[in-house]
Amino acid sequence: MEYAKQKLHEEKVFKDPVHRYVHVRDRVIWDLIGTKEFQRLRRIRQLGTTYLTFHGAEHSRFNHSLGVYEIIRRIVDDVFAGRPEWNQDDRLLSLCAALLHDLGHGPFSHSFEKVFHLDHEHFTQAIILGDTEVNEVLTKVGPDFPKHVAEVIAKTYKNKLVVSLISSQIDADRMDYLQRDAYFTGVSYGHFDMERILRVMRPREDQVVIKQSGMHAVEDYIMSRYQMYWQVYFHPVTRSAEVILTKILHRAKELHEEYYSFKQSPIHFYSLFEEEVSLQDYLKLDEAVIMYYFQIWQEEEDPILRDLCERFMNRNLFKYVEFDPAKEYKKHSELEVLFKKAGIDPDYYLVVDSSSDLPYDFYRPGEEEERLPIHLLMRNDELRELSRQSDIVDSISGKRRTDHKLYYPVDLLYDESTKKNIKRQIRTILELT
Amino acid sequence: MLKDHAKLMSAFLASGEVVGRKKLQKMIFIAKKLEFPFQEKFQFHFYGPYSEELTLRVEELCNMGFISEVKEKKGGYYQYRYTVTKEGEDFLQIYEKDMPYLQDCLTDMNVQSARFLELVSTVLYFDSLPKEEVVEKVFTLKSKQKYTTEEIDEAFAYIEGLKGKKIVQ
Repeated sequence: MEYAKQKLHEEKVFKDPVHRYVHVRDRVIWDLIGTKEFQRLRRIRQLGTTYLTFHGAEHSRFNHSLGVYEIIRRIVDDVFAGRPEWNQDDRLLSLCAALLHDLGHGPFSHSFEKVFHLDHEHFTQAIILGDTEVNEVLTKVGPDFPKHVAEVIAKTYKNKLVVSLISSQIDADRMDYLQRDAYFTGVSYGHFDMERILRVMRPREDQVVIKQSGMHAVEDYIMSRYQMYWQVYFHPVTRSAEVILTKILHRAKELHEEYYSFKQSPIHFYSLFEEEVSLQDYLKLDEAVIMYYFQIWQEEEDPILRDLCERFMNRNLFKYVEFDPAKEYKKHSELEVLFKKAGIDPDYYLVVDSSSDLPYDFYRPGEEEERLPIHLLMRNDELRELSRQSDIVDSISGKRRTDHKLYYPVDLLYDESTKKNIKRQIRTILELT
Repeated sequence: MLKDHAKLMSAFLASGEVVGRKKLQKMIFIAKKLEFPFQEKFQFHFYGPYSEELTLRVEELCNMGFISEVKEKKGGYYQYRYTVTKEGEDFLQIYEKDMPYLQDCLTDMNVQSARFLELVSTVLYFDSLPKEEVVEKVFTLKSKQKYTTEEIDEAFAYIEGLKGKKIVQ
């Protein structure tokens, strides 16, 4: 029997706290899960530094990838199968793309991408199309199959319906991570009736649409997304950890450029510092490797690198105040001068962090064709954009809420062993009394 | 502080006024592909390259009062107009990012239609592929826009023109 159609003798199941079970019957899926590139995702946390705020958030991209696969499996096998708009030949492609959609994520992706100008999506493509075990499995399905899987994930595949299952404003990716992140962080937001949403999904030529009768279930999903953003993803303490992590990477890079001699050669970082990261270099990185360096850099000679690593490892994070750039940018310039006078480098210890610095988004009704919105399928077969039908969605999708915070090391500002008067001046400006 | 915001403000200032969110998205994407130092990350979406980060940053600039956004009803849909405010100009006095030749490129893009910029940005998105594959991508992924071969050729020529502007000056 051709490889694409081979089934396992017995169904394999993974116990999963969100979906109860993840079911695998297809040989291709089972083989992909067993590849070393996919197993690597076990060593990369789904929520990066969030575990420093919500101690349960230790779940990995491996868990999430299996979850997205399971949601797509339920959609294509239980909801779409047999519908005239759905081509069953796209089933395996959809399942593989779902399973592999996050394959190129590295450790603490967001900070690493910012500092070293990387793009995890580029590495997802490279793993699927390059000399890897994943590519070997996919090529057994057909010579063009890896390319098609890569295109679905890059959203450039010709069949937009398949793309929209994996990536749209109501897709399997978001439905899994909202529920999974809620479960592992322990918050009470993030819950919605996914079973109901899956049942009211309908395939159309270019996109998945939602039957009008399912509008309230989708409202709940949009609210979950909104609340998770502010309560979990954009938590100010997590942002503080992210700020410190980013500054560690900047410092290490800067030291390398200045020919600083590290006590132990950071060999895993060299290609990152030079911004010439090969696929093989990239695949060697995971959070265990990075945390090892942070651990040993606590004993480095450089006081900034040492201090930042100590803060990260021991969770001695920066404190923050609300910051209004429009009214306070002159105050920021003044603080920069005072920090320098106090011997505290403002490039590393005075940081403005904004809501746009995070890779999560809100629902957008897609005015002016920016993004494809969620469409409701009305009884007369007409499509209507969600926020035009739902007052709840309309009320949160039209409002802009943005946020900026100023981060600083409070302990250094209270250390009066040096530059006492300047530090007092800084504390007065920051209203730390 | 807010270096990436300042870069965007410089782009708004260089453009004068930008009409339409889609146009704004495509202009910044094209400028980024021309190696102007914008940091916003773009992905391919239904209507071509789109950056959520850019959308959020523009919202922040509007909330700060540095950019004015005017919403206008245009037939069956809304259109947005963006200009730099007096407060924004004051901010740029301190934080302006000097990007040589940006103004010339943006001014040129700003007089093009959003439809044409969507095509140009799609062509640029696939610039690692051979020309015939790019053309095929445009026909497959943008079938609803019904771009003609002439328009695609025009887009290629336009990109060369923009690159020339950046190099020649």
